[in-house]
Amino acid sequence: MRPFTFSRPEAPALAIAGKDAASRFLAGGTNLVDLMKYDVERPAAVLDLGRIAGLREVTQAGGTLRIGALVTNADAAAHPLVLAHHPLLADAILAGATPQLRNMATTGGNLLQRTRCHYFYDRQTACNKREPGTGCPAIGGVNRIHAILGASESCIATHPSDMCVALAALEAVVVAQGPEGERRIPMAEFHRLPGNEPQRDTTLGERELITAVEIPAWDYGAHRTYLKLRDRLSYAFALVSVAAAVTLEGGRIAKARIALGGVAHKPWRVAEAETMLQGQAPGEDAFAAAASLILRGAQGQGHNDFKIELARRAIPRALHQAAHATPQSHVEKRIA
Amino acid sequence: MPDDLSPRGPDLLSVPITVNGQERHMRLAPWTTLLDALRDTLGLSGSKKGCDHGQCGACTVILDGRRVNACLVLAASKEGSEVRTVEGLAAPDGTLHPLQQAFIAHDAFQCGYCTPGQLCSGVALLEEGHAKTPDEIREWMSGNLCRCGAYPNIVAAIGEVASR
Repeated sequence: MRPFTFSRPEAPALAIAGKDAASRFLAGGTNLVDLMKYDVERPAAVLDLGRIAGLREVTQAGGTLRIGALVTNADAAAHPLVLAHHPLLADAILAGATPQLRNMATTGGNLLQRTRCHYFYDRQTACNKREPGTGCPAIGGVNRIHAILGASESCIATHPSDMCVALAALEAVVVAQGPEGERRIPMAEFHRLPGNEPQRDTTLGERELITAVEIPAWDYGAHRTYLKLRDRLSYAFALVSVAAAVTLEGGRIAKARIALGGVAHKPWRVAEAETMLQGQAPGEDAFAAAASLILRGAQGQGHNDFKIELARRAIPRALHQAAHATPQSHVEKRIA
Repeated sequence: MPDDLSPRGPDLLSVPITVNGQERHMRLAPWTTLLDALRDTLGLSGSKKGCDHGQCGACTVILDGRRVNACLVLAASKEGSEVRTVEGLAAPDGTLHPLQQAFIAHDAFQCGYCTPGQLCSGVALLEEGHAKTPDEIREWMSGNLCRCGAYPNIVAAIGEVASR
């Protein structure tokens, strides 16, 4: 790790005042410290957020669930309010990483996770995300884990988070504080597609600090699932994951929300598919039609071609689980 | 990408941390990980450096009651914390922790390199209460790799202590 200066600001305003392009906020450190060891992140200064009070609470007001930015992934997944009101979020968090990492990783940090693209991590290779303008060796290279949707000629990386896939499906809002005050960013606008600026993962400003995530009320209960398909049964990033929740009225779908992980530079959500499902009887035809809409324009890169078919099958399976109120267990691995 | 590589530091920081019940005062560079502080500064080499990237779990310690990967923790950020390492699992009179005893009884290791991390992780798991079935133990121990493949015996050892 390269040397850096270290400080522990005691309030968000002090953290923001001390932040510049060459510094990084430290929360759980699971991704940042790792990237610093790989020399991918080289901050001149690290601003440790650990002493800031007021960012570790989970609260509920007016139906909205609010999770502080420094709430650990483990605490969020086990919190009674999360389990009672947004169990889909707990499911997604518990599908990711390990108990050790979830004990360290935070809500805010998880939102800012960087891709696990091999080339991004390897300073010996070119990478437009790490060093803009140098090229993308993943295109035509080893790209089994890469994007099938929303990729660009400069980057085919995927966003690695499970938590964010659930947050996208649940239409969460990221609350950020910056020099100009507080800003609320809908999940759909928080992460961005690579375009010709793959170095920018999110729309967060350089001096903005995430303070919380808010999830609007929606009572889907057991009609949800986080189906994660990966190379191992545990502790692996998603090849394809599907967060799905539905509510039924009179045997028909009243509302459906679906987001995919492992397939794009951001959690992938297609509102048209959700609208199409509204009013339909839950069944394989409707689910397959939704999958087609969600995967419209999907393009393989060679090694990851299988992801298109995998997603085409995973989406109906997840919708089936959600419609039948049989959420995927992350302990018993059998897929219902 | 900040690329200011001008020299800076050492700027040692004063970092008091309670380790296995004993308050230790260390002077550390900000980039010292908790794992390096334990091993190199305090001479507690029980916690192992496997991958040094939070992937193998050999460095697992119990920090303020939670198991974490010590290789990904900047020690300076944990000033005032309490750490429990494999050296602190046995009783002061040397009586092994029930899980240590169960690891011996079940032959839950071969080379032993991952064992300190497995033990700390397992002890925390027992305290968390996520060891009700073999499936649950496997899922909640997924952050600890064992290249010798002693997994069935590790699961059996944890299961035995959990069922007491």
